[in-house]
Parts: sequence; structure tokens; C-alpha cells
Amino acid sequence: MLEIKNLNVKLADEDKVILKGLSLTVPKGEVHAIMGPNGSGKSTLAYVLAGRDGYEVTDGDILWNGDSILEMEPDERAAKGVFLAFQYPMEIPGVAGLTFLRTATNAVRKKREQAEMTTPEFMKFVKEKAAKLNIDYEMLKRPVNVGFSGGEKKRSEILQMAMLEPTLCVLDETDSGLDIDALKIVSDGVNALRGPDRAMLVITHYQRLLNHIVPDKVHVLADGRIQKTGGKELALELEKSGYAEFTGKAA
Amino acid sequence: MPAVQETVAQVKTIDVDQYKYGFETDIEMVKAPKGLNEDIVRFISEKKGEPAWMLEWRLDAYRRWRAMTEPTWAKVEYPKIDFEDLYYYAAPRNSEGPKSLADVDPELLKMYERLGVPLQEQEILAGVKSDKPRVAVDAVFDSVSVVTTFKDELAKAGVIFCSISEALREHPELVKKYLGSVVPQSDNYYAALNSAVFSDGSFVYVPEGVRCPMELSTYFRINERETGQFERTLIIAEKGSYVSYLEGCTAPMRDENQLHAAVVELIALDDAEIKYSTVQNWYPGDKNGKGGIYNFVTKRGDCRGRNSKISWTQVETGSAITWKYPSCILRGDNSRGEFYSIAVSNGYQQVDSGTKMIHLGKNTSSRIISKGIAAGFSQNTYRGLVSAHRKATGARNFTACDSLLIGDKCGAHTVPYIEAKNSSAHFEHEATTSKISDDMLFYCQQRGLSEEEAVALVVNGFVRDVLQQLPMEFLAETQKLIGISLEGSVG
Repeated sequence: MLEIKNLNVKLADEDKVILKGLSLTVPKGEVHAIMGPNGSGKSTLAYVLAGRDGYEVTDGDILWNGDSILEMEPDERAAKGVFLAFQYPMEIPGVAGLTFLRTATNAVRKKREQAEMTTPEFMKFVKEKAAKLNIDYEMLKRPVNVGFSGGEKKRSEILQMAMLEPTLCVLDETDSGLDIDALKIVSDGVNALRGPDRAMLVITHYQRLLNHIVPDKVHVLADGRIQKTGGKELALELEKSGYAEFTGKAA
Repeated sequence: MPAVQETVAQVKTIDVDQYKYGFETDIEMVKAPKGLNEDIVRFISEKKGEPAWMLEWRLDAYRRWRAMTEPTWAKVEYPKIDFEDLYYYAAPRNSEGPKSLADVDPELLKMYERLGVPLQEQEILAGVKSDKPRVAVDAVFDSVSVVTTFKDELAKAGVIFCSISEALREHPELVKKYLGSVVPQSDNYYAALNSAVFSDGSFVYVPEGVRCPMELSTYFRINERETGQFERTLIIAEKGSYVSYLEGCTAPMRDENQLHAAVVELIALDDAEIKYSTVQNWYPGDKNGKGGIYNFVTKRGDCRGRNSKISWTQVETGSAITWKYPSCILRGDNSRGEFYSIAVSNGYQQVDSGTKMIHLGKNTSSRIISKGIAAGFSQNTYRGLVSAHRKATGARNFTACDSLLIGDKCGAHTVPYIEAKNSSAHFEHEATTSKISDDMLFYCQQRGLSEEEAVALVVNGFVRDVLQQLPMEFLAETQKLIGISLEGSVG
């Protein structure tokens, strides 16, 4: 279970406060959506969960399965099951996708005290997962994300998610840059990973994604805290009324 | 704290030097007295039992050297070297007898074993350790060659692979014909010094039409204190022959600086090809920039024949100062020169390295791929010259210089010189400078890699084009070496 308690976050180098007492709980097996206007702190929340530098937590805590993860390095959090699908995945020139996937998979397995995968095991595993996401095996021989289309980048993120077998998946605007077909493939990939032991936090601007990945709960994030929580129908309401109701206070 | 900030802090606190080869070997040595004069030159020549013409050649070089001044144009800084305060000759006491493995001091064999240099040819031949690469090795310890392996097998193919001292005794006509024909005695200050006092090095002769049956390799080790190492390598590939050669180098950790001034000459005749690879891992100095090797080296290949080819691949991770420009003279028509380089600098290392491609023949082509990686407080300069002579019609060059910065206290510099004296030359130059960004490291870390693994992965991706040029046998080792050299550059 993910428990975010009264989380206050500012930028490390500036006095800008971004999250102002955000509290949220996502039980295992559930998918929660976070919606909100630009600048409400959605991406900050994703980065702070994953442990990116540049943010300072001034108050509150983040517990994953009962343990605080705030003091952990990003790779330790990854080993503990935290996965962030990036809005803008980074390009790594000269490093083939397969090399990256294998290095990451084995790094995580090692930290989880599982046996590292042998080459044949790994190849079998990656081929199986790639086929499900409609990823051409040839694409994995290209350098990570270099020259990828928006759809290829997002499918590649979901492939990494499938390979690393996380228990907490954070998807940051995974729908951005996707056409309808790609959106369907990515959503199917995410849905396939839904399970009783996995919690998911889906961050998005638009209700569209939530037609494909149907959430158990929807939270509205504005002005650095959760303003409203509801069922999946809340997303439809927001689509009609917009965020004006919540941003008035912020302005 | 952002990762790059941390990088800088880490470099300050951690001993950047993760140098694994810093041990000393206790061996009884014979040395010439300190300082340099004509008597020392005579002493060295006599020790080697050289012919009279060789002594004259050395003395000529010595006199020219006396009249020269140290070059100062490179972007490196160091206190003035006192050339009178160095030993110019040091040899293990028992090394002057016949050279077979059985005669080598066991202490020396132990040292090379620790360094991972395969000298046990019997075991390899017998297939006991068949997983190890089959590589013929010439091991040079301070001033002399201690052993050369696989000589008999190479001789069957007609290939001569021995120390240059031995070549002077056994094949003086070949040495006389080619020595100094690519790098003349007075070429530059350090080459002149080397010509006067060089004590050993490797000699390779591949006869016409022969493809050398195995990789050749020389392993250089500086051990003695206050001793300069001056080795001389000469490789001749006759018409239609091929040879691939690799040199490796290490030295103990010392708080003084040590001088290494080598000269390498390559000669490729018609349709011949020489592939020369270097993995340079001299001691780079400690975290405060104290100690380390001054590596002032002249390397040049002469594509003397038509359709000949010389390819330099270098991986430079060590030395306090590197001053080195492996070059190609493209004399033969249709000849080709290549230069692939990875230069990694960390701590207070200074690298000024690059190449010269001198196009003289018609339709000659050259290719330069240089990857510089600077971390810590280091300065990393690429300096290169591409020139086409008036008569070098149809000359072509492609140059790509990429620099990668880790942290914000290091520097990368690119100084390309391009001279085209005829209108048909076609020269291309590309250069990029990038930084390992916090975002890239975070992305890798989010996928479970530690920060150090993330840097190693990104850097290995950056240098991939060049790594592919190395002989397979050395690839894995080199990837590891690059990782080790950058340890301590991040947390």
C-alpha cells in the first residue's frame, strides 16, 4: 500500500513551494488516477516518489508497504518495486535497448536477491514481453529512445515496466504524444500488468486515457494538494466542467 | 544535491585513484649513473652490444637534442623537468642472458601474472587454458625486454617479433634501413631524446604476403624510481602483409613524476595493413595531482606503398600528462589512415592528444573518430591536423570529435587544424560537446542502476564506435578499465 502523508515539497534551489500537504493512499491491487491542471504539481509528485534530485521534502512522509522511502536512493526505490514511466524518456546514445534492459533487469534482480538472468533466459523473457506490446525486436537493437517516435518511446517505457516487475507503477502523462492506436497498445500493456499485488498511480491531463485504463479512484490535484476524490465518473465531470472550480484559490 | 555537484564533491574527498597496478616489484637492478651526457649514451649502446653505426646514430641524436628546447604549445602545465636528475638505464640484473621463459626471474613472472599478462605460452599451446586469447607478448620491464613469447611459432610464418636490441644484433640491415625513416632523430625534442637513449622496445617484421597468424602485443612496465622509460618500437609490413599489434602499459604508484618518452614507427608497403592498438594505463597521479607519469610520445605510421593502410586505436586512461599524436603519412596512392581514440581523464590529469593525417599521395583517405571524456578537475584536449599536399588530388577526410563532460570543474577542448592545398580535397569535420546530465543518470537509476553503473553505461555508449575497433581479446578488459578510471567521479 502506498501512503503519502501530508507531503510538503519545495524546489531545492529556490523558495518555490510545490506540494502543500498532499495526502493520498493507494491500496495494493488498485489503480488511482491523478488529474489536474498544468503546474499543479503532478510531475513533481511523480519525481519525488522516484527520488529525483532537486526537490526538498520539508514535511510529511511517503510509505511504501509500511516503510518510508524518502531516504532511499532512486535505485534502491527501484529495487523496492517503484517504477516511474517518464513523460519524456531520456535518450542514451550508443547503448542498445537490449543492453539497457538486461543491465537494468539484472541490477534490480541482484538488489532483490534474485538470481541474475542468463542470456538465454533473458532473451526468451524480453521476446515474450516485447511481442505483447507489439514492439519489433529489431527496435531493441537501436540505442535507447534515440530517434524513437512518441509512440515507440512510450511502448518502450511500458516494456521496461513489464521487465522490471515493479509493485508500484507511476505513469506520468503516458498518453501524451500518442495517437489512438498507440494509446490502445500502451493501455492494453498497462492493463495486463494490473494485479492484486500491484498499485498504480496514473497521472494525466485528460479523461481519454481513463477510458482505456479504468481507475478505481480519481483524485484532483490542484494548488499542491488533493482537492477532491471520487470514482471513475469524476473524470467525466472534469472533462465537462474543467479545473476552474479548483484553481480559483490558487490564482 | 544534484548529481553533478556531488560528482565534484566526491572527486574532492575520495581518492580518485583506484589504480590497481600500483604495486612495486623488488628486483635487483643494474643502473647507469644519473644524468645525461655522451658517456651515458655510449654506456647504453655498449650494454646492448650495438654496432658502431648505431652508436653514431645515437650520438648524433644526442647532439641535436642538446640544441633543442622543450615544446610548450600543448595545453598542459607541469614544472620544468630536470633531465640531469634522471636515470636513463635500468635493467633487471639477470636479464642479460638468453631469453626463454625458464631463464626469467620468477619475481618478474609473478609480477606479469599479477598484471594479467599471458606469458605462459606452453600452457596456452597445450590447450590447458584454451579460453585465454592466443597472443604473442614482448614484455618490457623498465629499460629492457625480459621475454618474448611464441617466437618459434611466428618464425615458421616468417614473422620476426623480438626486442629491438635483439633485432639490432640479429637483423641489423633491417633496423638500419627503417629506423628513423618515419620519425627522424631531430623530429621533436622528445623523439630526439628517445633516439639518443632508447634502451628497448619491440621489433616486428612481416614478410611479403604474410598475414601474421596471431595478435602481437608488448607490455610495458616502469618499476624503478627516478627512471625514465624510453622505448622504441619499429614495425615493418612488407607488400601485401597484415599485422595487428597491441601495447599495454602500467606503472607503480609513486609520489614523484616519471618520464616516459617513446617513439613508435610503422611502415606499410604496397597493399599492406597495420593495425596498432594501445591501452595506456600508466599511473595517473593521486587525488591532489601528485605523482603520475609524463607520457610524451611520438607515434607515426608511414603508408609508404600503394593501397596501404594504417589504423591507430588508442584507449588512454592513465598518465598525469599525455602528449601524444599518433599520425599517418599517406604517401602511397590510395592509401588510408585511421585514428580511433578514447581519452578518459579524471582527477588532475591533463591530456593533449590527437592525430595528424598528412595526405601526400593521390586518392588517399583518412578517418578520425575521437572521444574525450573529462571528469574531476582534468583538462582534455583534442589537437589534430589534416592536410592535403598540392599533388594529393582526391584526398578525403572525415573527422568526428566528441567530448563528454562529467561535473563542472573539468574542461574539454578541440583544436583542429585543416590545410587543403588543392581544390579537389574533401574534408569533413564534426564536433560535439555534451554533459552527462542529471536527468540521464536519474533515468538509469530509476531503472535500478547505481549511479556508478549509470555513468559506466552512458560512457560505454558514448565510446562504442571506437571500442568496436579494438581486437576482440581486449574489448571486455577495456570496458572494465574505462569504468575503473571513472570510479570516484560520481558517488
